[in-house]
Amino acid sequence: MADETLSLKKAFSGHGGFGVDETIMAAMVTKWRKQPDQKSRFRSDFSGFFTKIGSIEKCEDDYLLRLKTEFSRFKNIMVLWLMHPWERDARWMHHVMHKSYPFTVIVEIACTRTSEELLGAKRAYQALFNHSVEEDVAYHIKESYSKLLVGLVSSFRYEGPQVDNDMAKWEAKALGNVIKSSGSGKLIQNEEVIRILTTRSKRHLKATFKHYKELHGKPIEEDLGANLCLQETVKCIDKPAKYFSEAINIAFKEGADKPSKLSLTRVIISRADVDMEEIKETYHKQFGVKLEDMITKNTHGHYKDTLLTLIGK
Amino acid sequence: MATLSIPNPVPSAIEDAEKLRKAFQGWGTDEKAMIAVLAHRDAAQRKQIKIAYEEQYKEKLLKRIESEISGHFERAVYRWIFDPVERQAIMANIAIKNKVVDFPVIIEIACINSSNELLSVKQVYQSLYKHSMEEDVASHATGDFRKLLFALVGTYRYDGEEINTELAKTEAKILNDAITKGEYNSDEIIRILSTRSKAQLQATFNCYKDAHNLSITKALSTKTPNDFVIALRAAIRCRTTPTKYFEKVLRNILQKSGMDEDALTRVIVMHAEKDLKEIKELFQTRANMTLEQAVAKKTSGDYENFLLALIGN
Repeated sequence: MADETLSLKKAFSGHGGFGVDETIMAAMVTKWRKQPDQKSRFRSDFSGFFTKIGSIEKCEDDYLLRLKTEFSRFKNIMVLWLMHPWERDARWMHHVMHKSYPFTVIVEIACTRTSEELLGAKRAYQALFNHSVEEDVAYHIKESYSKLLVGLVSSFRYEGPQVDNDMAKWEAKALGNVIKSSGSGKLIQNEEVIRILTTRSKRHLKATFKHYKELHGKPIEEDLGANLCLQETVKCIDKPAKYFSEAINIAFKEGADKPSKLSLTRVIISRADVDMEEIKETYHKQFGVKLEDMITKNTHGHYKDTLLTLIGK
Repeated sequence: MATLSIPNPVPSAIEDAEKLRKAFQGWGTDEKAMIAVLAHRDAAQRKQIKIAYEEQYKEKLLKRIESEISGHFERAVYRWIFDPVERQAIMANIAIKNKVVDFPVIIEIACINSSNELLSVKQVYQSLYKHSMEEDVASHATGDFRKLLFALVGTYRYDGEEINTELAKTEAKILNDAITKGEYNSDEIIRILSTRSKAQLQATFNCYKDAHNLSITKALSTKTPNDFVIALRAAIRCRTTPTKYFEKVLRNILQKSGMDEDALTRVIVMHAEKDLKEIKELFQTRANMTLEQAVAKKTSGDYENFLLALIGN
């Protein structure tokens, strides 16, 4: 009985991982059928989530909200799974405008999708919201990183094989010069930095980053200061699998906030059909544990099953 | 409407290719015969002629034309032969690679096309030049021009008809604030001009006029000609009243002293199969002579004949 209560508590806690264990819950309904006393005892025992008020054990509001979120994880992932990828991306980008998602989601989408996928997302955005994503980003986001963000979301990069190696070397040098002479706060608004990062093809940028490392003895990320937007941009363009593996890891961390937790669903859904194998390998190498093991340990119920299926366990 | 006139019935591509071949043979070139064919075929027909000529005579039509004729006539025919999308990609590239970026050309292409037309131009540009138009514009233009041109070229604008009146009022005020301070290169002016839909932009300019009794282009007139402000006004006109814009460009070319054949060629060639009829009609009311008369006054020879053939009668 104690064991059952423990697992039921875990299933209902909205703590200790993502999602709820629907199977255990359904089994308990059967087991405690016509036994209101059992339920009452369970509630009394479940301190922190229920408080005694008069003769009833009332739900804590905070707990209710958390529980709702955890119940919704499966619903959300199913809806997203069914949606067209372009609509998904458009809706995620729209969430950023209205501040419910961090701006890094726009960096992620603008930099890791192919030109065609990004264009599709932009068309979906227009159909859904009657605005272009560029106009909304330019209008709603007024931060130091706005220019970079507008540039990234506007991009329609060349995707062919041609790379001008001399130009890549030259731009690596130019970036080095800018980094040396700019204060790290100014770097994010520097025209050359923005131009190079938002207009050059991804192949060209990878070559540029490679030359930068050879020229300066360290990867460019180390010289970008605490500039989150710049860091994420470079990472998404140069090593997307690493970016995604890190985003997943942050979601699993103790005390991760709501947007970070949402990354788990977003990354796995959006990459399941693209580069999940590479992300799994990178995750294993980086964090010393298999992604499927992390998921099995930290998520519950149908949500867990769906994640495991999507990552191709 | 187009001014291009096509005979009915139109000869087959093979017949046309033969006529051109005949025009090239022997001493000199029969320019009249060339014009009789090329200036009276639409884009699809011209494409078929190119194919038929190459199949029959095992040489590229364009190469042959380049060796047969020269000067302004040759440049006009060269630009005319391509279909509108490829033509604009080629002209954009020429404008970008110019010693100083030929900004009116970029502004025209970026502003008069619908979002999807501009997208097609950009796609063809990529396949021709192995770079994106955005990256070339950004790397060749500098300072304020780079900001403006990149924003105009790079935004995939929403083309819908909806208008938000409150927003139009707010943005009219934002524009006024910037203009009053003389901050013509303000990020807000560029943002509004380059990201808002045509309908929304027109509404904003109407609000501006209502509030200040002055059209925004008049408000942007400065006593000393400032290239950037000229560019801003061109962009505003191209985005809202393109027919008037091109009529004025033609009137400036044809009624002032000196002569800019490249600009004249550009306007005629780019609009003959689009909306030259409306531009012509407006020209006549404003200039007190027909476009044909004005062109005949300022040009001569084969170049004149070619332009007149495109302008139609």
